[in-house]
Amino acid sequence: MKFALDDEQLEFGRTLGRMLGAADTPSSVRAWARGDHGPGLAVWERLARAGVFGLAVPEAFGGAGPLPVEVAVAFTELGRYAVPGPAVETVAVSVLLARLAEAGRPVLAEAWLPRVCDGGARVTAALPGAPGGSPYALDADVCDGVFVAAGGPDDLFLATGHGPVQPSLDPARRLALPRCGAEPVAAGRAVREAARHAADWAAFAAAAQVLGVGLALLERTVGYVRQRKQFGVPVGAFQAVKHRLADVRVGLEFAGPLVYGAAVALAAGAPGARAEVAAAKAAASDAAYAAARAALQLHGAIGYTAEYDLSLWLGKARALRSAWGTPADCRARTLDLFS
Amino acid sequence: MDLDLTPEQEAFRSEARAWLAGHVPRAPLPSLETEEGFAEHRAWERTLHAGRWSAVDWPAAYGGRGCSFLEWLVFEEEYWAAGAPARVSQNGIGLLAPTLLGHGTEEQRARILPAMASGETVWAQAWSEPEAGSDLASLRSVAVRTAGGWLLSGQKTWSSRAAFADRAFGLFRSHAGAGRRPHEGLTCALFALDAEGVQVRPIGRLDGRPAFAEIFLDEVFVPDRDVVGTPGDGWRVAMSTAGSERGLALRSPGRYVAAARRLVALWRAAADPGDTALRDRVADAVVRARAYQLYGYACAAGGPRGAEPSLTKLFWSELDLALHETALDLLGPYGELAGPAGDAPAHGGWAEGYVFALAGPVYAGTNEIQRDIVAERLLGLPKGRRA
Repeated sequence: MKFALDDEQLEFGRTLGRMLGAADTPSSVRAWARGDHGPGLAVWERLARAGVFGLAVPEAFGGAGPLPVEVAVAFTELGRYAVPGPAVETVAVSVLLARLAEAGRPVLAEAWLPRVCDGGARVTAALPGAPGGSPYALDADVCDGVFVAAGGPDDLFLATGHGPVQPSLDPARRLALPRCGAEPVAAGRAVREAARHAADWAAFAAAAQVLGVGLALLERTVGYVRQRKQFGVPVGAFQAVKHRLADVRVGLEFAGPLVYGAAVALAAGAPGARAEVAAAKAAASDAAYAAARAALQLHGAIGYTAEYDLSLWLGKARALRSAWGTPADCRARTLDLFS
Repeated sequence: MDLDLTPEQEAFRSEARAWLAGHVPRAPLPSLETEEGFAEHRAWERTLHAGRWSAVDWPAAYGGRGCSFLEWLVFEEEYWAAGAPARVSQNGIGLLAPTLLGHGTEEQRARILPAMASGETVWAQAWSEPEAGSDLASLRSVAVRTAGGWLLSGQKTWSSRAAFADRAFGLFRSHAGAGRRPHEGLTCALFALDAEGVQVRPIGRLDGRPAFAEIFLDEVFVPDRDVVGTPGDGWRVAMSTAGSERGLALRSPGRYVAAARRLVALWRAAADPGDTALRDRVADAVVRARAYQLYGYACAAGGPRGAEPSLTKLFWSELDLALHETALDLLGPYGELAGPAGDAPAHGGWAEGYVFALAGPVYAGTNEIQRDIVAERLLGLPKGRRA
């Protein structure tokens, strides 16, 4: 057993972190929220070159995966730097189409996944029929392919359009209801099974992403309370402030192993992977949300402004809690963890 | 990155499981916080030792098996899954032993550890004093130099297991004087609880059982060979003990995994499936137990072990309470029974576990002190007065 990242995986995370740290993601997030995707897409191009979109795609379709540990490393960094765009949904589509290919229907995977890996096509998904799935597709207005599996009849559609973009509590998350034609692109039990599997991977990637969001919130808040002075001392010297941040650190510290435990379970294709993913999503969402609440409180009024960059992470912590499995959905699936 | 055991480690797990299945007492032992229960738990330590399972991670020379940290985690999982008794020697094996392995002499290890492993000598910790709790460095009990050793005087309190234990390890002020800071000039000394000049007064914990005691010392002689580390350097010795006390060594993940499994079984047997509020609490405890287990594996892979015992202590002490509080709530009207009752369903030991868990956020350095340490040492917040 070696339950730790190897040197290559650590270096991959550091490289992505350096790249995103230099990319001024806050301004691209703000542009993205206004519907100006240009700066954000420039970041996406670099992520594609770094191989991020191939991590969940099998080699047969141009990817390097499935590599769930690397997905966890990458998505933690995406969360840490608040990168906009349908990254989690790209993982969902990758797994969905790869699963259909395994079930003997490789056409969609062959048509889409190589382009997804190299950044030539952007995709998103709405899987309201799968556990934790939403009727909305994230960032449908910037995607070439919007995959929809609504359940009921086990049909998979490629949307022909979408409704108006609805704002999320995270302004960088642009939600729209997809519109589908009459003809599915795939049908049958294999679609349902693939959609469930895709939803598990999406929940997993979202868990890693929200963990990164929580880490960023803690780091920014620690920085703030060290320099903000009241009563002649940094407010971080007060025990009420210290204890709140210590609790945030504990939550994040113990959510991390759950995210990597889920990665190992997914890599092994273990039957218990769904419960491991659910545990990771519940714990990481809770930890990040606690970080967001502490961050808002300890920044005081400046933290409550849209103008201050903290808001970019505050909204994301709330939105990712609801996306791909609420804490209650997830907890209901964790009772089998030790059975 | 993986979670797989080698064939040798799997064999070790099987060996432990088989031995425990053949030896763990069928009926739970009486509470170890009673004279009768203490004696039965001591006898269990002897049985464990005969199978060489009482301190698996120690070197073979002292009665262990030289197990790796990972193997120790595996053994602990099996131990608690088997429903084996609480460890009356825990404070010796989990606290004093690592301290001796780190700071003791070879003579001390060879003399003290085997008797600890067999349960022949049960150890208590004697640190806190009436005026020195969280502010441990303000302790006043003294060690005064005498021919061939030291004379200990003063008062210790809240000393777990001291009501029935044989010996204690304590911290004493040996070098006083101007210019010294409170944590300088302390000495870690070992003494017998029945030595001349020692008086032990048991204290009833919340349920009345004498789980801890006051210790009065009046010029108790301790030979030089029973001082751990350099005289005057006791704070450094004590802080290494405190690291063990707060870290994984005192409260292994396996203990909480076993409790979480029992909680799920209780929920399946007793709960209204429509009560999703209670179900969420069960699930939350399960998730936290799994997190602690995985954290342990990460430590075994060279992760954060040792560096962050304060984080660990906050986590396990609160998890222990959550597990037991949830179980009592699941038991409905039987949840208020303090122990087994002939006319009630099986109580599962949750009530005594609950009373034990209530002390967790207080002992081994209160959780408020641990939060200060996390904030100052891990997050880099300014040191402040504890106010």
